[in-house]
Amino acid sequence: MIRKLWPIFVRDLVLLTRGAQGRGGAVLPLLFFLAVAMLFPFAVGPDARLLARTGAGVIWVAALLAAILPLDRLVEPDVEAGMFDQWALRGISEEALILVRIVAHWLSFGVPLMLAAPISAGLLSLDAQQLWTVEVGLLLGTPGLAAIGVTIAALTAGLRAGAALGGLLAIPLAVPLLIFGAGSLQPGGEGGLMLLGACSLVAIAVAPFAGGGAIRAGRE
Amino acid sequence: MQECGLVATDIACRRGDRILFRGLSFDLSEGEVVHLAGPNGIGKSSLIRILAGLLRPFAGTVERTGGLALSDERLALDGHEPLERALAFWRRIDRAPQVEADFGLADLLDVPVRYLSTGQRKRAALARVAASGAPLWLLDEPLNGLDTHWSCIAQAAIKAHCNAGGAVIIASHQPLSLDAVKVVELLDFKP
Repeated sequence: MIRKLWPIFVRDLVLLTRGAQGRGGAVLPLLFFLAVAMLFPFAVGPDARLLARTGAGVIWVAALLAAILPLDRLVEPDVEAGMFDQWALRGISEEALILVRIVAHWLSFGVPLMLAAPISAGLLSLDAQQLWTVEVGLLLGTPGLAAIGVTIAALTAGLRAGAALGGLLAIPLAVPLLIFGAGSLQPGGEGGLMLLGACSLVAIAVAPFAGGGAIRAGRE
Repeated sequence: MQECGLVATDIACRRGDRILFRGLSFDLSEGEVVHLAGPNGIGKSSLIRILAGLLRPFAGTVERTGGLALSDERLALDGHEPLERALAFWRRIDRAPQVEADFGLADLLDVPVRYLSTGQRKRAALARVAASGAPLWLLDEPLNGLDTHWSCIAQAAIKAHCNAGGAVIIASHQPLSLDAVKVVELLDFKP
């Protein structure tokens, strides 16, 4: 099984990172994430104290919205091209495929976001302590965002208004991650990180079954 | 080649609220070709998907032994990749021994899949099926878009596969020039 999944993982990672077949690749969410951090000070003014107080929350909102950007290209092109059918014929379960895609999606979107967070933190004048909390929070939270994203993408694959619907469906599911992620930056909010990790784990545990079921149901 | 066979018993297919066919039974063993014939819309492609296990039949059962390979209207090759790399992706998953099946693709190996013509795509799909090493082939309209020359070569490849102990199910509205073909006429099973 692993022997068959490895080439699929490599393909997923290359496609999601580099982008092709109408997939945007890893650059678009990253630019979006940085653009929000860049624009926010223009909108609220250069007051460093105000920025430092609100900046961390802005980083989390930007991360969540960046996660929604690639949704409609995550699963749909491969369903359309019959790749999932071919994998099913080879006895590879949809659950395993979804799990592989979550890992590849996280590597192509979560990790770049974590790398870009110091730049965002500079633009929003966060201090080192806050940046550290943001980084730990992103490390714990982005896998959950990736899991939610892939699940929603599998659910909406093949629907006509899939892209718009995907965003609408993903936002409510991602709200707990946002609350605990941004909450962990409040004074005395360190417990938020634990809850953030717990939310991520739940999302990752449920996603392969929900996404796999969605792919199978989509064949009917 | 590993053992292969397929037994379909009393299959019915429903799309929406319409029964397309019912009571369809046939069996297939090594070295045989079954031709699912019928006009457009009779449910040939749905039957292929049922036989492949991708679609649940409304009634009836399908028993398969041996691995299977499918070629339908979905190419399952990455459009942006050169043909050689797109085929290599499936070879890495299947790890089947190299087969001698030439579909005239040697000159096209560096062409991105999305630039291939209809007939070239069909040949690429057949090459993917042949390279999978699976004994049971399910081919949905394999001759669509192929000119006379390549149509003959494709049918020769199907015959060679059967002679090597494989089995093939072909859904096609066109007559086949293969001999010893079991024809299943889907019109006979229309409710």
